[in-house]
Amino acid sequence: MSENLLEVKNLKTYFHTFKGIVKAVDDIDFDLKKGEILGIVGESGGGKSVTGFSIIKLIEEPGIIESGEIIFVGQDLMKKSEKEMEKIRGKEISMIFQDPMTSLNPLFTIQMQMEEALKLHTNLNENQRRERCIKLLKSVGISNPEDRLKNYPHQFSGGMRQRVIIAVAMSANPKLIIADEPTTALDVTIQAQILKLLKKLVRKNNCSLILITHDLAVISEMTDRINVMYCGKIVEQGITKEIINNNYHPYTRGLLNSIPRFSNNNKRLEVIEGIVPNMFDLPKGCKFAPRCKYKKHKCEVIEPQKIEISPEHYVSCHFPLIGDKDNE
Amino acid sequence: MENLKLKESSQPIISRILKSEIFHNYKKNLPAIIGSIIFVITILIAIFGPFFTVQNPYDLAEISLSDSYIPPSWVDGGDSKFLLGTDVQGRDILSAIVYGSRISMFIGIVGMLFSCGIGTFIGLISGYFGGKIDVLVMRIADIQLSFPTTLLAIFIMTMFGRGIDKILIALTMVGWVRYARTVRGEVLAVKKKEFIEASKAMGLPDFTIIFRHVLPNILTSVVVLSTIQVGRFILTEATLSFLGVGVPITKPSLGLLVKNGFDVMFSGLWWASVFPGLYIMIIVFGVNLLGDFLRDELNPKLK
Repeated sequence: MSENLLEVKNLKTYFHTFKGIVKAVDDIDFDLKKGEILGIVGESGGGKSVTGFSIIKLIEEPGIIESGEIIFVGQDLMKKSEKEMEKIRGKEISMIFQDPMTSLNPLFTIQMQMEEALKLHTNLNENQRRERCIKLLKSVGISNPEDRLKNYPHQFSGGMRQRVIIAVAMSANPKLIIADEPTTALDVTIQAQILKLLKKLVRKNNCSLILITHDLAVISEMTDRINVMYCGKIVEQGITKEIINNNYHPYTRGLLNSIPRFSNNNKRLEVIEGIVPNMFDLPKGCKFAPRCKYKKHKCEVIEPQKIEISPEHYVSCHFPLIGDKDNE
Repeated sequence: MENLKLKESSQPIISRILKSEIFHNYKKNLPAIIGSIIFVITILIAIFGPFFTVQNPYDLAEISLSDSYIPPSWVDGGDSKFLLGTDVQGRDILSAIVYGSRISMFIGIVGMLFSCGIGTFIGLISGYFGGKIDVLVMRIADIQLSFPTTLLAIFIMTMFGRGIDKILIALTMVGWVRYARTVRGEVLAVKKKEFIEASKAMGLPDFTIIFRHVLPNILTSVVVLSTIQVGRFILTEATLSFLGVGVPITKPSLGLLVKNGFDVMFSGLWWASVFPGLYIMIIVFGVNLLGDFLRDELNPKLK
């Protein structure tokens, strides 16, 4: 568990629009151990998805990965050519997308789409591929896979499609799976099933998972470690239990407090006041300062640096909420 | 219900077509049936017609000048051998129409295939990759679209000279634009779908994505455009030939027949011009009926 599968160092992904530069991901570092599940959480526009896409270098114009290192099993992906990346995508690192309704091509059967990845990344023959597809569908809990292989995506429900997509992502035994809001488009009961399944498969195949979501409840159940992102920066990172119980950044605290709880149903729900700032015009100091309850003058002028509060628990805040336990 | 669906998708393709929604609507759509019957018959005539005609109008040995100016068989002075009469050189009009339709339809269909192939390819590339190629291609298309099609075709023909091959070049050069624009627009929409992103994340090379995932998803509009384009091309070719810049005189297409007849129309030889003209109309009418049906069926926005 100690070996690092992925190390991201000083990653900067900027979008050069004619209105100005959007720093979608601005100088983030994190690492991921083998077999670990890492959650990336934050509001919309916080740079979570861009982080995911940056790792497999699928940033579209006008976005550019400005600098940084993405070290995956000892190799720097930033130095890889597009041709080499094609061999890594899907084989070593695969992705699961948000909307299962559009993630499958409506014109092809499930089998054709599953085999596509196998054809590309393995040298199995036709029968072996079919066997593998059936096995994969079984492993994601689809009953009578032999018949279902010939079906088209519209013959599956949303949850079923997401299972198929997970099967596709798993097909080449990748070392890392990036799941970009895999359950956002599903209803709540299905969400739990899909997440449980995902966790089970990740553990079974001993691969790692980066789970990108805005749902802290999901992430606290699923992950080993959490990165909290705000405006392209990682504001707090650490082991899941630590983040949930001993968080220091006002933003993390705010996110957690805005989850409705059954125990205090007569109180108003706490919210984080304000909205995410305009990405073209970010505040000069701490990005969170304009919305922060605890802000002081220093916050508006100087950008906070990452500090290690306890082992493996980092926070970027001038005044972390140490000893201030208002987790109710 | 689930089982029913399972069975359906494993049936052979013909019974699937017969049970499909399009076929169901087709059976109820009279214009579509008429259109397709006309289209099939005109194609059959173009292919097999020459075996049944009374003469080969291209073979000078079979034409006799003494047969000239014979009116259609039901008019006074008509000859039952020449159903639709003969022209100045003693050519049987019906035979000339059959042979001419061969050329007209060949040009219409092959011209469509060429411009479809090239236009679709350019549209795919331009839409998928975007950027500078896209800007360049689309500006060329804009400039070209600001010229009337016929004018441009005449211009190209006068540059190259007469000939079937040259007409095909001209038609391809004026026809690719529509495909390129339509396809590009569709690609822009399909490109944003997550399954394209998913294919990229799966490591598929760009060209595999374009041809395996993007192309099939835009094929319906290409099909619709193509049927309409066949009719359009037959008309354009007829126009060019009528204006004297189309096919060579020795191998008259329908348009050239109309022109040849038109020269003598006011001296009473109306049949030499009217019948080929009517036949052009019938072909294009059939193709357009079919095209309209396909457009209504395959365009989800019109449903």
